[in-house]
Amino acid sequence: MAHAETHDPNTPLEYRSEIGRLNILGFWIFLGAEIALFATLFATYMVLTPRIADGPALGELFEVKSLLIQTFLLLTSSFTCGLAVHEMRRHNVKGLITWMVVTLGLGLGFLYFEIQEFLHFIHEGANIGTSAAWSGFFVLVGTHGAHVTFGIFWVTMVLIQVAKRGLTPATSAKVFITSLYWHFLDVVWIFIFTAVYLMGMVMHHG
Amino acid sequence: MKWDEFFVTGDPLIYGADVSILLTMVGILFYLTKYNKWKWLWDEWLTTVDHKKLGIMYIVSAVLMLFRGGVDALLMRTQLAVPDAKFLDSQHYNEIFTTHGTIMIIFMAMPFLIGLINVVVPLQIGARDVAYPYLNAVSFWTFFIGAMLFNISFVIGGSPAAGWTSYMPLASNELSPGPGQNYYLLGLQIAGIGTLLTGINFLVTILKMRAPGMTLFRMPMFTWSSLVTMVIIIFAFPILTVALALMTFDRLFGSHFFTLQGEGMDMLWANLFWLWGHPEVYIVILPAFGMFSEIISTFSRKTLFGYKAMIWSMLLIAGYSFLVWVHHFFTMGSGAAVNSVFSITTMAIGIPTGVKIFNWLFTMYRGKIQFTTPMLWSIGFIVNFVIGGVTGVMLAMAAADYQYHNTYFLVSHFHYVLIAGTVFACFAGLIYWYPKMFGYKLNERIGKWVFWIFTIGFNVCFMPQYFLGLDGMPRRVYTYSEESGWGPLNMVSTIGGFMMGIAFLVLVYNMYYSFRYAKRETTGDAWDGRTLEWSTPSAMPPFYNFAKIPEVTGLDHFWRQKQAGKVEKLTAKDIKPIHMPSNSGVPFIMASFFFVAGFGMVFDWMWMAIIGLIGVFGTLFYRSFEYDDGYYVSVEEVIETEKISK
Repeated sequence: MAHAETHDPNTPLEYRSEIGRLNILGFWIFLGAEIALFATLFATYMVLTPRIADGPALGELFEVKSLLIQTFLLLTSSFTCGLAVHEMRRHNVKGLITWMVVTLGLGLGFLYFEIQEFLHFIHEGANIGTSAAWSGFFVLVGTHGAHVTFGIFWVTMVLIQVAKRGLTPATSAKVFITSLYWHFLDVVWIFIFTAVYLMGMVMHHG
Repeated sequence: MKWDEFFVTGDPLIYGADVSILLTMVGILFYLTKYNKWKWLWDEWLTTVDHKKLGIMYIVSAVLMLFRGGVDALLMRTQLAVPDAKFLDSQHYNEIFTTHGTIMIIFMAMPFLIGLINVVVPLQIGARDVAYPYLNAVSFWTFFIGAMLFNISFVIGGSPAAGWTSYMPLASNELSPGPGQNYYLLGLQIAGIGTLLTGINFLVTILKMRAPGMTLFRMPMFTWSSLVTMVIIIFAFPILTVALALMTFDRLFGSHFFTLQGEGMDMLWANLFWLWGHPEVYIVILPAFGMFSEIISTFSRKTLFGYKAMIWSMLLIAGYSFLVWVHHFFTMGSGAAVNSVFSITTMAIGIPTGVKIFNWLFTMYRGKIQFTTPMLWSIGFIVNFVIGGVTGVMLAMAAADYQYHNTYFLVSHFHYVLIAGTVFACFAGLIYWYPKMFGYKLNERIGKWVFWIFTIGFNVCFMPQYFLGLDGMPRRVYTYSEESGWGPLNMVSTIGGFMMGIAFLVLVYNMYYSFRYAKRETTGDAWDGRTLEWSTPSAMPPFYNFAKIPEVTGLDHFWRQKQAGKVEKLTAKDIKPIHMPSNSGVPFIMASFFFVAGFGMVFDWMWMAIIGLIGVFGTLFYRSFEYDDGYYVSVEEVIETEKISK
């Protein structure tokens, strides 16, 4: 397996080892399973949206300002994550770490505003046990938030390894995989933005 | 919580189980200590990443679970043998049919098949291991821990009793109080993680690790069936993950997904469950189809008939498997239009399945058939599975289903497909690949006794249930009245059930007998096989499988080599150092933390759940920092293992 391989000089570092290639492919397939997971959560949420029992309607509590801040932070973080991988391709460890740290900061900012929003909803009388609709909301959006939280820890671990070991086929494959994960969370957020917040507000305010 | 709430008390059957569990554990500890086996256990098994050893551990666990699920079945059949029996009360009966169904599907059928896939598929594609050997160990240990968590429920805290389908609101806190249902949720959740990882692992393995020359359309049929199964797993298991998580939230954190309060939707659970549950049926039947294809081809001395038709029909079945879930609840208010659509998709699955049946028959046609035990199971499968399939098409007609729904007709149908399909395949595959795993065959004479006792017992047990069902006997009732007139057929059914139990005991005896007396295989080709797993020089392949990776020129490569008299002999020149992955104890430790987390959640002890989860993430991060590139097996060691004369 790990015999001496010859490479096109343009082959990115993360694709230069057999294990790197296998791990990247496996992670793409894992993202396929994640799509099935989030699709199930979205379907559940959409079925339950009208079922608000005695609680407030979903769109009633959504606020544009918080939503836009969260969206701006997360989408920008996806861009900076892309810049980090771009720097990795140029073998620029410092650039990679810098942009990844920016990405993490934006991710933390996103989490801060998401938690503030959740606390606000709870304060307004909407929590996971208020109605089927709110159960659906908190678990769908919360699952995304939990993924972001895990991603922050994960990226941090990988950055420590890059700082310690430099860019090798092994560390670069790890960076690349975390970047796939991070972009994926961005894509999921776009669906949450549309299917949860926009539709919720349009349905409520007409 | 008082100790008598923590331990299940008051039932002599359970006290008996307590004693036997205790004695078994003491016995195992005594054996390991007396014969100094602890280090052997840790080095050879608990930390292994070898797909063959993991496969054997899957199969051993599955056989144990078959015993547990089988005892459940016999307890039920004893209770139902005569009208108005008092052997089990209703609660106990509910618990037993719940654990029987859950264990047989999740902890018996799946690990048995995944175990055989583990042992065989890397060998069939000419690979030295799977794509992610470490992940493979994580898969096994999470499955094993999930199974153990589910199984201790009957002595600690109480078993789930809402059926393996766990419909809401029956499975809610109000109607199923206590930890029982939580065991179901957490046990399946933890085992499900392992299954999803297996899906990814083997998909990548089959796509990327094949020997040179083995194109997709040169792969053995069992490998193909595994590939399709893995795709179904990857898209179906996340649905189960979500469904279980949502019910866990309902029960532990007061959400309202499926509850009656808060405008929850009980039918949402039924839909999500079967959106996973129906593909699950194909997850446990497609590998079975693959094994029968291998066995029938081997013992008919012919290439499989309709190789490509077999593949396309499996792909069609995989697609359809996601489009039929509503047929599990035709009577639960979907309406005529929806029912009609799902009725048609359901019947349509019969077409590719029929194609496969004819392909097997044409493979045997004009073949030189050898009636070995694996072949007997395969032929028995065709006959009995068709009975199950035909009654399945009867059930598929939505209007008629109102007559059969939740009766013993349905019970008999799914046992005819799951036993005659999956269980027959597990036995056939186990016997067929037994020499690959242990270096000797199971005794054929005893094996034929097992086949005949089991198959006759199976029909005696389940054929009457079709008629009981048509006569209106509902499933999941713990007793019935004398006036119903169901007594005699139930007695017959119970006799058949015990015959199957006897057959299982004879099978276990056969394992012992063959271990003692069977002739040890001297070559790797015990059955004059066709595919690469038979091409290894020794009966049991060494841990690196192939000293030299074979180059494949077509379907049944090894068979055609033998026909042409051109089987390659290894020479010392062919040997190069072999790269292999290192063992790791982390998967076992990670799974143990999963147990802690799961047990804490079952009893709603959040401090314990949090400790367990911290442990799980701790092991994940530990692994992230561990850079282990494996090791090389030296040329000298390979030459010595392969007994090549210099």
